[in-house]
Amino acid sequence: MSPADTTASRQLLPALPLAALFFAAFVLPLTALVLVSLFRDPQFSDLSLVQYVRFLSDPFSLKVLSDTLWLGAEVALATLVLAYPLALVYVASGQFMRTLITFLIMLPLLTSTVVRTFAWIVILGRDGIVNSAMLSLGFWQAPARLLYTWEGMVLALTQIQLPLMALPVINSLLRLDGNLTRAAEGLGASRARIFITIVLPLTLPGAIAGWLLVFAAAATAFITQTLVGGGRIILMPSYIYQQAVGVQDWPFAAALSLIFTLAVTGIVFAVGALSRRFVRGVDAA
Amino acid sequence: MTLSDVRGHSLDLKGIGHAFGTTVALDEIELAVAAGELIALLGPSGCGKTTMLQIIAGFLRPSKGEVRFDGARVEHIPANRRRIGMVFQNYALFPHLSVFENVAYGLRARKRPNAEVAAKVEQMLGLAQMAQFARRLPGELSGGQQQRVALARALAIDPGLVLLDEPFSALDKNLRLDMQIEIKSLLKTFGVTSIIVTHDQEEALSMADRIVVLNKGRIEQIDSPDALYDRPASLFISSFIGHTNLLRGAVTETDRVLLDAGPEINLGRSAQRRRGTAVTISVRPENIAFGAADRPGAIPVTIRATVPLGAVSVTEVLTTSGEAVKISQARAATTTKARAGETAWLAITDTSRISIFSTPADGVQDHQQRSV
Repeated sequence: MSPADTTASRQLLPALPLAALFFAAFVLPLTALVLVSLFRDPQFSDLSLVQYVRFLSDPFSLKVLSDTLWLGAEVALATLVLAYPLALVYVASGQFMRTLITFLIMLPLLTSTVVRTFAWIVILGRDGIVNSAMLSLGFWQAPARLLYTWEGMVLALTQIQLPLMALPVINSLLRLDGNLTRAAEGLGASRARIFITIVLPLTLPGAIAGWLLVFAAAATAFITQTLVGGGRIILMPSYIYQQAVGVQDWPFAAALSLIFTLAVTGIVFAVGALSRRFVRGVDAA
Repeated sequence: MTLSDVRGHSLDLKGIGHAFGTTVALDEIELAVAAGELIALLGPSGCGKTTMLQIIAGFLRPSKGEVRFDGARVEHIPANRRRIGMVFQNYALFPHLSVFENVAYGLRARKRPNAEVAAKVEQMLGLAQMAQFARRLPGELSGGQQQRVALARALAIDPGLVLLDEPFSALDKNLRLDMQIEIKSLLKTFGVTSIIVTHDQEEALSMADRIVVLNKGRIEQIDSPDALYDRPASLFISSFIGHTNLLRGAVTETDRVLLDAGPEINLGRSAQRRRGTAVTISVRPENIAFGAADRPGAIPVTIRATVPLGAVSVTEVLTTSGEAVKISQARAATTTKARAGETAWLAITDTSRISIFSTPADGVQDHQQRSV
């Protein structure tokens, strides 16, 4: 072994514990998942690709996958629309307001998802805050069904995932050179034009990073999807749970998991690659 | 439209004052700029020149006073409706837009038809010698090229006023003088009123018709580059503009000053101060030379070092009262081959070009250091 090799291996030594953990907790289970998905039936009798054929030829399964990806996209878009005004207020604020806004954004991250989801059940329920307020103010005649609806689920996930979008957007807005907006203003551009032609394109890397984070997090949010969606809406996470724990069809559940993982990472990479082609001259966030 | 039809605004600042909280950034600013004039705002960092620029541009509303373009008050008009071309220190080119789109930005904001935009942008890029780079991104250009684009972008909107904020500070020293000459001639071609903010006195001297010297939020002097150099209004300006030698002394007769360094010198005019007043005289390095010991007014000095600087050589000497003096001589004319440690005598060549100031109570030391 040459001296250079020994230094290189010495330098890698501190990374060993993490590598071991990564291997045990990620590589091994994933390999097991792939293996399990290749069995013909729940009795693990024969190897075959039948589980994948079953998924791809089943309109119900395909619909569940597309609904789930659509949910992620919709929630990510909603957080994006909310994050920009928030980030603009943040950047324009003084030190005290910035600290306050940071605290408010971080707060949801400091509470458990279960707690936050139950809070939404309290808010959206038949006798919840929204219904009782609207009824007593006379806007609604009868309580509306908010819980266990698609819209309710999007609403709850949007609030819960907002920090993942707000933080990268704020970060890229802070890195925007103030002279660029001043130059645009000096050249006669209105505030709307400055936002669309300068601020938005130059903060796009942050927005895309946030979009991808929220997309992946919302599409796979088992707890919130299950509790706020309430079993009426079948999405991939609960579908996998049902097949594995309910029906005990482990091979199919494993195939579902792998297809879902591939679909989400595929979209993440595709959007990332696409955005790099469009965003010229901007440093990646 | 031919270029010569483009006329700049005249600009008047009347009683401008600005404070950030309790910190006074600008006070009692009075300035009248004629249409087509090229003015430099010169001063050390923190003197208020950037605040002044922001007030003229409309990014900042002054706490008090009036800003007038062509006689009309504009304090209430926001920056995006002032018809001002800005060139920023870092150029502030839009990194995601091509050179063409950068220059077109102001025209598109004014919703001009595409054909007009294209024609105007091509004209501007041609004048800036950047036509072949139209499709490049700013990141693919050199510093000098970026600066040309920044100026083309500012001039494309036919501004009444162009403001340049430390425009050359990011350039190599070698490129700087070339760009100064090039940009000055472009601004003059357009006949546009221009204000350039700088802390670099050489830049101000080479670019401006008139220089406004700012210090601690106030205007110290407004004058042409030559007048500023030859007749500085204050000790601060005499050491801030160009190099100078400051010698302490006291008035002995109406027209005579006894230097701490030895001789009494005849000013050839009234010192306009009472006898016994402590004064500091400012003598430019090219107005002082080595001379004979027996000449009247000869100042005894000790040689410290000689530095050849191409066409001239600069010798630094120390007076008996401890003042460092620099003498600049054409190298060919150097007659005295002085060696370090030797004693020599200095004579002031032209006493009418001496500037005389009352010595401030806090001494002249900090002014002198700023000139180095």
